[in-house]
Amino acid sequence: MDANAAKLLGAGLAAIGVGMAALGVGNVFGSFLESALRNPAAADGQQGRLFIGFAAAELLGLLAFVVAMILLFVA
Amino acid sequence: MSAESGKIDPMHQFLIQPLVGEHWQIAGQSIAFTNSALWMALTFGAVWLFMLGGMKRELVPGRWQVAVEGFAGFVTNMLDTNIGPKGRKFAPYVFSLFMFILFANFIGMFPVALVGGHPFAVTSQLTITGVLALLSFSIVLIVGFAKHGLHFFSLFVPSGVKGPMAVIIFPIELISFLMRPFSLGLRLFVAITAGHILMEVLAGFVINGLNSDALWVAPVVSLPSFILMFGVTLLEILVAAIQAYVFALLTSLYLNDAINLH
Repeated sequence: MDANAAKLLGAGLAAIGVGMAALGVGNVFGSFLESALRNPAAADGQQGRLFIGFAAAELLGLLAFVVAMILLFVA
Repeated sequence: MSAESGKIDPMHQFLIQPLVGEHWQIAGQSIAFTNSALWMALTFGAVWLFMLGGMKRELVPGRWQVAVEGFAGFVTNMLDTNIGPKGRKFAPYVFSLFMFILFANFIGMFPVALVGGHPFAVTSQLTITGVLALLSFSIVLIVGFAKHGLHFFSLFVPSGVKGPMAVIIFPIELISFLMRPFSLGLRLFVAITAGHILMEVLAGFVINGLNSDALWVAPVVSLPSFILMFGVTLLEILVAAIQAYVFALLTSLYLNDAINLH
């Protein structure tokens, strides 16, 4: 296979990771909302933890984006 | 944006160019005043003006003072819940960090290209976010070692872990601790870079569609792209605020580790 074509394919495959992070972020906010509606009084105190979970889930998707960008522009 | 060639070049906006003093040098290193420096100065000026307008300490605060006090109270509240009373003395640092990142993100989104300017998002450079992350990390290390001495290393052995498990846990915790500045800096940099690339690509679709020879292309390609771009821009405003918040929040959590250990 042509090296350039392999790079582009790899960058496209890395985009799967971004979609996976979408699942993770959706899970974080979905679970929070589910339990926040059961106990709205306790929801406000957990917002810090909500965003920690969001940041952790999002970072892994952003790493997939970095892989794609490195393949496209650096490698 | 290279409209005339029709090819979208989304990475051009991140180029750092010298504006003044291309040949200024110290020890062989260029110290030219770049567009990055200009936008950092603008960010600093905006934060300064914002704070100046709200620090009149009137007994009955006006709108501006309420806005400034709202931001300050937000950061102080975050430190109180995450660190406790000992976290108050880090409020100036975390507040400056939060305001700088927030204003830099927002100013990078301003459509100054409409009046002929070249917009530049300061936080889309790993050098800048990396230095901010290293600053937070060094403060954590300095505070941790100054407060607890070598006892600080007990941070890497969670309470209740004994014997052979501690031998396994220690390197894992150590590596995860050492990865913190990278993840902190990378998150902000990539989130802003990705957002700006996305907006640039969509804007390229709109302009290329309008410039195309076939008449049907403009309503079919440009109009949906424009509507999508409107939504993405709103999303990016949200991301700009969330990333500033996450940076400040994670900094306060890491400070909590250094101050209270476990």
